[in-house]
Amino acid sequence: MKSGGSLSIWFFIGVSLAVNGAVIFGTGIYELVSPPENRVVLYNLHANVWWGGILLILGLFFSLRFSPARERARMTGNS
Amino acid sequence: MNPALLVLSSSTLVHLSPVDLVIIVFYFALVLAIGLYLKEQANTGEDFFMAGREMTAWVAGLAFLSANLGSLELMGWAGNSYKYGILAAHWYWIGAIPAMLFLALVMMPFYHICKTHSVPGYLKLRFGPGAQALSSISFAFMTVLMSGINMYAMAVVMRVVLGWDINVSILISSVTVMIYVALGGLRSAIFNEVLQFFLIWAGALLIPILGLVEAGGWSGLKAKILQNLTEQHVANPGAYTHAWSTLGNFTDNPMGINWVGIVFGLGAVISMGYWTTDFLVVQRVLAAKDLRSAKLAPIIGAAFKMMVPFIVILPGLLGLALLRDPRTGSLLRLVPADLAWSTAGQAQGLHGYDEVLPLMLARYCGPGLLGLGITALIAGFMSGMAGNVSAFTTVWTYDIYGALINKNASDGSKVRMGRWCTVIGVIISIGTAYLVMNAQSIMDYVQALFSFFIAPLFGTVILGMLWKRATAAGGFWGLLAGTMSSVGMYVWVKLNPDAVKYVALSMQAQDQAQNMFRALWCWLICVIVTVVVSLLTKPKTDAELANLVYGLTPIPHEEKVSMFHSPVFWGVIVAVVFVILQIIFW
Repeated sequence: MKSGGSLSIWFFIGVSLAVNGAVIFGTGIYELVSPPENRVVLYNLHANVWWGGILLILGLFFSLRFSPARERARMTGNS
Repeated sequence: MNPALLVLSSSTLVHLSPVDLVIIVFYFALVLAIGLYLKEQANTGEDFFMAGREMTAWVAGLAFLSANLGSLELMGWAGNSYKYGILAAHWYWIGAIPAMLFLALVMMPFYHICKTHSVPGYLKLRFGPGAQALSSISFAFMTVLMSGINMYAMAVVMRVVLGWDINVSILISSVTVMIYVALGGLRSAIFNEVLQFFLIWAGALLIPILGLVEAGGWSGLKAKILQNLTEQHVANPGAYTHAWSTLGNFTDNPMGINWVGIVFGLGAVISMGYWTTDFLVVQRVLAAKDLRSAKLAPIIGAAFKMMVPFIVILPGLLGLALLRDPRTGSLLRLVPADLAWSTAGQAQGLHGYDEVLPLMLARYCGPGLLGLGITALIAGFMSGMAGNVSAFTTVWTYDIYGALINKNASDGSKVRMGRWCTVIGVIISIGTAYLVMNAQSIMDYVQALFSFFIAPLFGTVILGMLWKRATAAGGFWGLLAGTMSSVGMYVWVKLNPDAVKYVALSMQAQDQAQNMFRALWCWLICVIVTVVVSLLTKPKTDAELANLVYGLTPIPHEEKVSMFHSPVFWGVIVAVVFVILQIIFW
């Protein structure tokens, strides 16, 4: 869905997932290097590394797939 | 010092790290940016209240589901699954899927063709201004109450997990919703609901994944629940992990309900009423760009709705199996909210049923993930509240202000009224948040509201759509009788608890079971009164009922599409998966 402008809702979602994913992934890597004293249950699975990574990849895919430049190009092609 | 840190108390489950705060602040910035971006596309009534009726099936479908997936859903139903076991999943399966498919394939053509702005708007066309006024006023009342409940749920998260002051969290979150809905109208609400849908899944999905790992899979989880509940001498411990096999008798399950209440009270009345006539969700589908999208949207919503128990019901069950008191190491038993929140309860460190999801969140999520989990709950709160506020705004503007107060209101004045109404709706919601703090369980209270207003409304709408003999007087008096009888039964049981054996057919009936049976009876009363009064009064002519009633509404020709784009095909797929789930968890 477009808003009437060139930004798709999927672009916003991509940005959100990518930023959150990058922050969580980065935190996970930091915790690998410098393990915290107070650990959550199943800390050994390092969920923040792989979950952050998944969100980052998904977010980048949406951001690039529905980037404003590509949307403009698509709209130009359709008109 | 950071103002957010100033409101932290010493009795919190967790403390947010700077990383968590970054994630939460980024979320608030993004939703406000979306509202500002969309402000320019909300200049006409059609734009502001109906998002220009240009949503794709995916966007309308995800918003349709997200508006329902508030923090109320997340926390309330996780709490209910802790309290009632997997029976709570019925509210996502038989309590949703058949109704969503019915909306998609049977009712959407009527809503779409008559181009109504709201469900009360349809009632005006079908039954006249009396039924419209009654339903719009009751709906407006219900939405602000619901919005307040959502707000309360949010405040509980903030208090339990972070120790944030309830007033501060209510103010920040509600003002943010107010800004983005007032700026961009329904389009902004829908945009944000789709974003919030993704964030809710991103933030909540880890809990069941890690929980199942810790419990040893589904079989390990069932064994642990059985062991824990047996140790605590809970009756029928095996009933907590079976959805249907314990519904033969009222006494065999923790809810005190039987299959009649679930199938007819929940599946045929409450669910049908909510998913097909509650304007909060129907409004999202009305914004679809064409009839095929409008039919596909609820089917897409249904497909995801079937999976929601994974992030809501499963954490509650995991809580039953895994939660232990960190001080003593013994099993942790959650208690009713009024007990947990009492002075004695606080002194003993008790937690309420509705706190099970935050407790599980704190169990598994470290820095970053915790921020995302909290963001998921905040997003749930906002999507639920924005849904209520935008629906309230539309019903107030078109069905109360435009129909009763200023019948000649211009399009521009309606948009201005809509913006002001958003502000006023949020302020009223804040007031109602404090009304629900004494409810034993959040969702019990919500289901009571549904049985008051939604169940009889479904009787009126469905008769209006399918029976051309239904008259204006029949519609009005049926709706009034259904609503009043539901409220009457509720008051009767409150004044005389023994009356539950008449209303819910069993003295063992818990609140949810009472709600189901009350809904069933008031729906029947609505239907009977509507039929009797209609047969005694003069019907409208066929010409007056064109495009409003089955048999008098030519369904527009839909474009030829492949099987994979057909709403019927996907409806069948969803129905088959629904049946398989019932068998697996029988």
